[in-house]
Order: sequence, then C-alpha cells, then structure tokens
Amino acid sequence: MPTTKRKIRARPRKPAPRKPVVWNLRLYVAGQTPKSIRAFANLKLLCEEHLKGRYQIEVIDLRENPQLARDDQIVAIPTLVRRLPRPLRIILGDLSNSVRLLVGLDLRKID
Amino acid sequence: MRQVKKASQPSSKALPKAATGIQGLDEITGGGLPRGRPTLISGGAGAGKTLFGLEFLVRGATRYSEPGVFISFEESIPDLTKNVASLGFDLDRLVADKKLFVDQVSIMRSELGETGEYDLEGLFIRIADAVQRVGARRVVLDTMETLFGELPNPGILRAEIRRLFNWLKQKGLTTIITAERDHPDRLTRHGIEEFVSDCVILLDHRIREEISTRRLRIVKYRGSTHGTNEYPFLIDDQGISVLPISSLGLDHDAPAERVSTGIARLDGMLGGKGFYRGSSILASGTAGTGKTTIAACFVDAACRRGERALFFAFEESPRQIVRNMRSIGIDLDPWVHKGLLQFHAARPTYGGIEQVLLLTHKRITSFQPSVVVVDPVTNLLMVSTQNEVRSMLTRLVDFLKTQGITTIFTSLTAAGALEASEADVSSLMDTWLLLKNIEVGGERNRALYVLKSRGMEHSNQIREFVLTDDGLRLLDVYLGPEGVLTGSARVSQEMREKAVVTFRRQELESRRRELERKRRIFEARMVMLRAEFEVEEEIIQQTISESELLGEEVVQDRGQMVLSRQADSSSYKKDVRAKGARRP
Repeated sequence: MPTTKRKIRARPRKPAPRKPVVWNLRLYVAGQTPKSIRAFANLKLLCEEHLKGRYQIEVIDLRENPQLARDDQIVAIPTLVRRLPRPLRIILGDLSNSVRLLVGLDLRKID
Repeated sequence: MRQVKKASQPSSKALPKAATGIQGLDEITGGGLPRGRPTLISGGAGAGKTLFGLEFLVRGATRYSEPGVFISFEESIPDLTKNVASLGFDLDRLVADKKLFVDQVSIMRSELGETGEYDLEGLFIRIADAVQRVGARRVVLDTMETLFGELPNPGILRAEIRRLFNWLKQKGLTTIITAERDHPDRLTRHGIEEFVSDCVILLDHRIREEISTRRLRIVKYRGSTHGTNEYPFLIDDQGISVLPISSLGLDHDAPAERVSTGIARLDGMLGGKGFYRGSSILASGTAGTGKTTIAACFVDAACRRGERALFFAFEESPRQIVRNMRSIGIDLDPWVHKGLLQFHAARPTYGGIEQVLLLTHKRITSFQPSVVVVDPVTNLLMVSTQNEVRSMLTRLVDFLKTQGITTIFTSLTAAGALEASEADVSSLMDTWLLLKNIEVGGERNRALYVLKSRGMEHSNQIREFVLTDDGLRLLDVYLGPEGVLTGSARVSQEMREKAVVTFRRQELESRRRELERKRRIFEARMVMLRAEFEVEEEIIQQTISESELLGEEVVQDRGQMVLSRQADSSSYKKDVRAKGARRP
C-alpha cells in the first residue's frame, strides 16, 4: 500500500518568472452530486472572470479512482486544490461563497 | 433510560458479537463487541486506545479470519507499524497478506480554506475502497475527532460523522471509533458518543502513589449484559490483557488429594497428610521467622514428586533464594535446571498491582505449575491500597483454585499484630500457618503453629522450628509452669529435668540397697537366733528326756519297793497311770 508523499508540496518552486503561469486547478468530486455540480459551476464562473485563458480545471471523480483520494489526502468533497501556482491551496465546499473563494485562491493579489 | 427500552426488545437475546481476541475482554463483554455496530473507545492520552483498536484488528485477521481496515487520523503508518511491532504485531505482513489495510488521513489545516457546503464523501470512498480491497469485516477509526480540529464547520462535520456511523452499520462492519477524553465529565471532546449508542468502553490510565494503573470500564453495552466494574488491564509484549477474574464464580473443584508439605512434622500437624491439593496456604509471620523456608520446603517436595513449581519472588532474587536455601540443605538448583522450578522475581513497584496480577496469570497459564509460591504477598501493599490488594488476591486465589494449584502465600506481619494478617487475606486462605518469634532468655526462637486448616484435623500445638544444616525440623516445645520454652531455655530446662530424674533414680537405688542390706542383716540375725534357739532347744530336750527317764526310774524303783513290801500292786498301778495322764 503506497503512502505517497507529495514531492511537489514538500519543496515549493522558486518564484515564477514574470510570464503568467497557467493555473492548475483540480476539483475532486464523488459522482454527479448537486454539490459537485454546483462547485464546478461556481469555479468555472470565477475562473472565466479572473483567469480567462490561463487556467486549467481537472475534475477527478473519486468514485472512479478511490486510490487518488488516499494519494492526495482527500477527505471532504468537493475539494478544490490549486496545484499551480505554488504554494498549494486547498478549498473545501461547493465554492458558493465567491469572496472566500477568491481569498482562498489568493486571486486578488495576482490581479 | 434509553438503554432499558432497548434491552427489553426481544432481539437482545441473540445479539451477535464479534470476539475481540483481547485477553479477558471477551469474558467481560460476554463474547466481544456488538457485531456490525460501532463501538466507542474513549480514554485520555496514552490510555491505549490505538493499541486496543489495532489489537482488535490484528486478532480479527489472525484468529477469526476477519480482515480489517485501520484508518489513522493521527499517527503516520510507519510510526504505527513501529509502535506495535514491539507488541509482536507485524502490520506489514498482515498488509502484504491482504488481511489488513492501513490508511492515514492527514489534513494540512494551514493550507485549507472553506467556502460552502461539503461532505465527507472522500472519506467514505476511502473507507469503502479499503474495505473492499481486503474484504474487511472490521474497521477502526483512530481518533476521528481530530477532524474537528482540521476541518471547518463543525455542524457539517457532526452530521457527516453521524452519517458515517450509520453507513458503517449498514455495511455490517464492526467498528471501533476511538476518542480522546479530555475531561472527566464527558466521554469525548466533541460529544461524538451520542452517535455511537451501542457500546462505549472507557479506558483509563491513572497514576496513584507514583504507580500507574490502567483500567477499563464498559460504560454501556446496549442489548447485552456485561461486567460493570472497572477492570484493570495491562499492555505488555503480548498486547492488552484485561482481568475479568472477578467474573469467575466460586465453583471450583475441591480435590480430596493431599500433598506433603515437605516437612514431616508439619504433615503430622496437618492430620498426617499435609495440605489439600489446590488449597491456598498462608504462611504469615514477622521478619525472619522462616516463611520463605517453609515455602522452599514445599517447592522442594513438589519437585521431588516431579511436579512443576512456580516461585514468585517479590523480595529476593532467584539466585539469592537458591543460595540461602542451600545453607539449610535444600538444593533448588537441580529443579531449576530440570525445568521443574521457575522463578519469577520482580519488585511489584515496577508495575502496578494489575501488572503483577497479570504477570502472575500469564506465567501460571504458560508454565502450568501444580505448586505456586507468592513471596511475600505483603509487598504488594507497597504498590496499592489494601482494598485493591485484597481484590487482587481474591482473583488470584480463585484463579489458582480453578486451576487446582496449591499455593503458598507468605505474608510479613508487623510484630504485635500477628493474627490480624495484612489485607485480611486470611479469610481467603484454607490453611494458615503462623510463624512467630518467641523471646525467652535473651534469645529469639522460631515457633510455628497451625492457626487454621479448613477441612482437616490439625494440631493445636506450638512447635519449635529449627533451621539446621540439613533442613528444617520441628521440635516439641517445652511447656512448663513458666509457659512455652524454646531454644536454649528449652535445652536447659530439659537438662534440669534430666538431672532431677537422675537424682531420683540414684536415690531410689540407694534406698533399694539399704533395704537389701537390712534384709541381709535381718536374715543373718535370724540365722543366729535360730542357731541359738537350736542350741537351747537341744539343751531343753535333753533336760526333758532326762527328767522323763528319771521319773520312770523312780516309778520302777517304787514298784520294786512295793513289790518288796508286798503291797496291793494293782491299786498302785492305777494311781500311777492317772498321774501320768494329767502331766502336760
């Protein structure tokens, strides 16, 4: 049984150069539940608004791949993980509170 | 109470249970934890919750072929594996054999934000996946409450935990949820006990008088009777052991067989046959009265018969006991080498009283002796209160009796309080030998008597107890007008007596001699008197016969004279005859 440690998390990369980073967001869901659908919609809306063209959303259904829940230490659903830019950020919930989502993703600073 | 309502349901008759495999716990719970339901294990830090859960899984996997899943919310898996390796649990192997699945949930609070509703579906998926991978029947969630510290919105969390428990129940998984108890007034920090309504077990680790004791108590067990006491438990190299001994009844056998005490005179004092097999014997006395020696004699005798003996030495090291006993001619060494005798020496202060009791149990169970010595039982008082010692001894005595083991407990009593044996243990004992020092004439001597011996005739006499180079001897004490005499006082009294007897004998003999002498004198005198008498008799006889002769001559002469005078002869003759008859 593998206990994966996230190497990426352990050593944050050096600050990225001026060139805008492509945001890598991962949304963990468990099937098509109203909460996860809502979360995806909320996320999409926000990204379109603030990160148009420089974001990437990966939706992972843990029902199909339970091992990933262990590997990525997912307990709550839905969970949004900002993999890039560093540092890692994790946000729980259906992302209905857009203000808190912006704070959580640290979006306002970048803009 | 809710409990009552539930208990009245007919289904409680056959509540299925999952054996934990934890030594002693299944006896208290009447078979184990409620099968297919969650059980809450609550306790303070270091109470042994994690270990309890792990042992439940390991035993389930190895003994009852019920694979398990361990979800750790606190410890990392390598740490966990290492920690329980010392208890003989090889988690890696069980994992490799697909009998166990271990998962660690760790959430980085610092990286976490929350916006909106969430659920614990991720955790559900992880558990479900783990359960499915090994075909688990048992699940342990080790300190799930840490989630309250890590995840926001406790309201959601509580609802989700409730849902999780229901889900586990639905799946028919026998689950243990551990929870930290931070306050004596409540069972868990976040009150999750309200979701676990079936079985709650409380673990406690307390320190008293610098000695730690662990306790276990079943707070509730719905639909099942259970022991309600606090049971001491122990964590050692074989995991957890709970002491349910008080659940045993008093229905042990009472063998009529007798075993020798190893001291012939003591056997004699006990109806000539010694102790009953399986009885418990108390040898109490002040310091240095020979308690250990009596025990050693008994052990020696048992080993001679080829029986196994186990010696719990709480005061001396085994080597010291062997050496000391050799000085009085009891050699225990060969028995140790033959494997007939085992020593277990430890200061009871090392662990709590439970530890002592459990160790005693374990050693007895593994060695299966027919004779056990606990020397001395009073040392246990150092680690615990009188009450606890008494309850522990009750358990131990009951246990030994059910095993048919003859046991000698020695007990050190303070001088002056001889018969008030410590911890009132005497009522537990079948035979009580009292050893005491008798102080006479500037010396102390050992004396032994049988204070009680249930179910047999026993001597009421005090015996002097002498340790010699070739063993132990019991002597009659001298009972004189001055009371009991022992030691040199006895010896001198005996000498005095001997002198008196000799004197009397001599006196008697001299009297006899005197009598003899007097008889001889008397006899000699008799001989002399007789001789004198004979002499006189002869003379008298002679005189008589002379006189008779003389008379006849006179008559004859007179006749001749008559004849010569020519008188009437016939009339004269008549006269002479009458005269002769009248003569004496």
